[in-house]
Amino acid sequence: MSTHDTQPDAAASSETDTDRDTVVLEVFRYQPDDEDAEPYYETFEVPFEEGMTVLDALLHARDYGDGTLTFRHSCRQGICGSDAMFVNGRQRLCCTTQVSDLKQPIQIDPLPHQDVIKDLVVDMDHFYDQMHAVDPFFDPDDPPSNELEEQLQSPENREKIKMATRCIWCGACTSSCNIAAGDNEYLGPAPLTKAYRFINDEREGDERRKQRLEQMTDDHAVWRCQTQFSCTEVCPKDIPNTEHIQELKRLAAKYDLSLF
Amino acid sequence: MSQSYDRGIVEDYGRWREFSPGMWAWVLHKFTGWILIGYLFTHIAVLSTVLDGGATYTETIQGLESLFIVRIMEIGLLAVAVFHILNGVRLLMIDLGIGLDKQAASFYVSLVVTAIIVIASIPTFLGEVGV
Ligand code: SF4
Ligand code: FES
Repeated sequence: MSTHDTQPDAAASSETDTDRDTVVLEVFRYQPDDEDAEPYYETFEVPFEEGMTVLDALLHARDYGDGTLTFRHSCRQGICGSDAMFVNGRQRLCCTTQVSDLKQPIQIDPLPHQDVIKDLVVDMDHFYDQMHAVDPFFDPDDPPSNELEEQLQSPENREKIKMATRCIWCGACTSSCNIAAGDNEYLGPAPLTKAYRFINDEREGDERRKQRLEQMTDDHAVWRCQTQFSCTEVCPKDIPNTEHIQELKRLAAKYDLSLF
Repeated sequence: MSQSYDRGIVEDYGRWREFSPGMWAWVLHKFTGWILIGYLFTHIAVLSTVLDGGATYTETIQGLESLFIVRIMEIGLLAVAVFHILNGVRLLMIDLGIGLDKQAASFYVSLVVTAIIVIASIPTFLGEVGV
């Protein structure tokens, strides 16, 4: 690891000479274009502003420091799920994490257990594959003849899957999971929460539910979960992933027993 | 996509500092589990001396118990067994879906109760060394 210091905010601070608080970021850098590129940490100093998020700080570092600093972001309000990173030793969504809540210097790494493409950008393909593996879409046994017809759900049933519908596919949970890190075939927390969301949706019908439960009894599905709770702790949408997986385990066990 | 950089081993071993209570509970549960399996074999070996007659068995046990290090290891074994039992109950509750939001607290409780029982047992184990 080599350290590469810059004074990215030289221009910015010349406008406001007062001794403003600064935020110090230690950012993981990796440039793949370079033949034998090795990653290093670069230090950025960014002027602090009230209400500043980690994403704001990163954007400032990029705009006034090094324009080649690369990271994903889009909505800036915790909706798109593109800016999950490893901030001060924990998976967090940069746009919903306040700088003032963190110890400085703030160390920012790309999500662990995913290959790094460039700087803070990781390869999410495997995570998306696992998400798609559970058919993450509403798929009722008998769709109404008129496709646009509303399919009502009881308020109680909606309440049951409420939290599970909030997933924004950020990948923080899977990145935090030791089991997912060791077993590439393990579906992982977010896909299992997705499965929970549809298995418990009463509108889909018995046939579809059976197929979905069948998948849960696979070796690399719910039984891989060792209840370490890391996924529940890091989820920026407060989804109780472990609770959902535990319930799926009970459903999977009942399903297996019902076959005898 | 161009090539990507796999942070490999550095990333994995550096992570223990970031472990949360649930992860430590898991690590300790595996660790104590393996120790208990190992102990089971020594236990069988020691008990097997009875096949050579009661006298050999008594001698073996007395010999072992007169060693200070064995007494210390027994305390360790108690700690391992108690933690494994308590965390086992914790995991059972988690599997039944009870108190999932208390999982971190119940891990700490397991640790504290283990510590109390182990400390309370020290006089018993070390009491009559060499007698
Ligand atoms: S469950 Fe939470 S942490 Fe996992 S992908 Fe969905 S929003 Fe992100
Ligand atoms: S930028 Fe969209 S979730 Fe953070």
